Amino acid sequence: MGGWAIAVHGGAGIDPNLPAERQEEAKQLLTRCLNLGIVALRSNISAIDVVELVIRELETDPLFNSGRGSALTEKGTVEMEASIMDGTKRRCGAVSGITTVKNPISLARLVMDKSPHSYLAFSGAEDFARKQGVEIVDNDYFVTDDNVGMLKLAKEANSILFDYRIPPMGCAGAAATDCPLQMNGLPISIYAPETVGCVVVDGEGRCAAGTSTGGLMNKMMGRIGDSPLIGAGTYASEFCGVSCTGEGEAIIRATLARDVSAVMEYKGLNLQEAVDYVIKHRLDEGFAGLIAVSNKGEVVCGFNSNGMFRGCATEDGFMEVAIWE
Amino acid sequence: MVEWAIALHGGAGDIPIDLPDERRIPRETALRHCLDLGVSALKSGKPPLDVAELVVRELENHPDFNAGKGSVLTTQGTVEMEASIMDGNTKRCGAVSGLTTVVNPVSLTRLVMEKTPHIYLAFDAAEAFARAHGVETVDSSHFITPENIARLKQAKEFNRVQLDYTVPTPKVPDICGDSQIGTVGCVAVDGAGNLASATSTGGYVNKMVGRIGDTPVIGAGTYANHLCAISATGKGEEIIRGTVARDVAALMEYKGLSLTKAAAYVVNQSVPRGSCGLVAVSANGEVTMPFNTTGMFRACATEDGYSEIAIWPNN
Repeated sequence: MGGWAIAVHGGAGIDPNLPAERQEEAKQLLTRCLNLGIVALRSNISAIDVVELVIRELETDPLFNSGRGSALTEKGTVEMEASIMDGTKRRCGAVSGITTVKNPISLARLVMDKSPHSYLAFSGAEDFARKQGVEIVDNDYFVTDDNVGMLKLAKEANSILFDYRIPPMGCAGAAATDCPLQMNGLPISIYAPETVGCVVVDGEGRCAAGTSTGGLMNKMMGRIGDSPLIGAGTYASEFCGVSCTGEGEAIIRATLARDVSAVMEYKGLNLQEAVDYVIKHRLDEGFAGLIAVSNKGEVVCGFNSNGMFRGCATEDGFMEVAIWE
Repeated sequence: MVEWAIALHGGAGDIPIDLPDERRIPRETALRHCLDLGVSALKSGKPPLDVAELVVRELENHPDFNAGKGSVLTTQGTVEMEASIMDGNTKRCGAVSGLTTVVNPVSLTRLVMEKTPHIYLAFDAAEAFARAHGVETVDSSHFITPENIARLKQAKEFNRVQLDYTVPTPKVPDICGDSQIGTVGCVAVDGAGNLASATSTGGYVNKMVGRIGDTPVIGAGTYANHLCAISATGKGEEIIRGTVARDVAALMEYKGLSLTKAAAYVVNQSVPRGSCGLVAVSANGEVTMPFNTTGMFRACATEDGYSEIAIWPNN
């Protein structure tokens, strides 16, 4: 017990027919990000810095739904959001409605460190970004062909694309005629796009957490999900760091990330018990997953969805990257 | 069978004890009026969700509170309103931010909750959604009051973000000596134990454009479940970090504390002194209105006939 620990995720709820090569690509990305974090932790970089650098890597890679590779709004644009929390003093920062900032997680960090506020959004956040001199790109930088295709399918199915649901028979029929791929309307060439996150406890026992996303495919413009909401998608305290993914509305209602820490603080549960508890009792009919670390150097992943892209590692040499149960 | 109860607030902060009558009386009158409205609605069997919404609408329409008309101004002299609502039974919720023309933000949150698959809409898109649903909108100037223009000027002179109750130092002319306005909110429980909470605000005086506070963040400014309903007010950044509204309920669920003890714990332990107040009701018909600031504009009533309208402690 004790020592550092790290976990990363690339989303919960995955098409069971996801081709093997896609699964392999995901695992490689998760492994690469874990290793980045591990090298940093071994150089005594603090938890909050590790969280930021790992999520930057996930945002920059187009594979998962954050930064480049974000899911598209109904208008085919990208609107990203992110939050970060430093467990030591429960400091936090969040952004929503980001359209030109290359790394939303870093902007969230700047909100935490360099502004008098905790949460900035839309044009106000973009102005702040420019004043802080962060890297700015055009909105199309974030748009990938895969997601353009995915949006088209989502519109045809005329539903928000919950990638991990097997849709009702009705829309499977419509999708099947246009799309020679699976019944659930998901093109083979695409991952179920989802949020990314990272949680870290460093050698000093400090916990931190961060989450970043483009949100739901075909979402209404201006729709904010759980990822930038402290207590819902992200939370960190002296006890633990948590990042959630899955059905945003369910995560918000459940205040999922906060509750992991709350049951540890108020019920005295350990990390594993706390994660099991919230997944079992707090999600009602919703589907979600989370990764968590404790100040004791433990790391736990939990989900009730169909799989979760995840990886975790601890100082004593344990390392695992997984997708399914 | 449980008794109904209702509590509402018009903001917690550094409200000076020597608040002049002309500042104090209109607010007390408004609190009384809103309380009466809420009580009548509960007595006539309206669900708590409807009651919380109608009381907050009334507070939004009143120019002396920092919500709807009378919202404090951003650093650019504009209004950006936000609100949230939550139904304890279903835990369904709705939230909005960055509104500039919607007359009643709390009613828009209700629409988001009931008419979209989402929980939270913001800025231009929330405004567009409002128009698409025929929600009442007005020119932004409707919300701006002379008092708030003065407050912004004062805050800029101080060159810092200001919670709008700070007592001005002598060197600044006492234009609007009060600044005693803040977020508004209402929580209610009916005879069947149904709970609801709603909160609405213009935010911080001189806030950065695009700044979101605790009010639209479920679990921070607003929360309701089968045990209790909470609406918080104060320094948004502290309420977010402290996940105030959720924590009151979590303490009841996970530590078995009573509503009063849970709320007192959060206000005294989870947030810094001078930063927060809240109103809460429980499924058992209890009410509590703790705050760690100088004062909090508040009112409550329970079915057994108790009622209270107050500003400072031990009123």
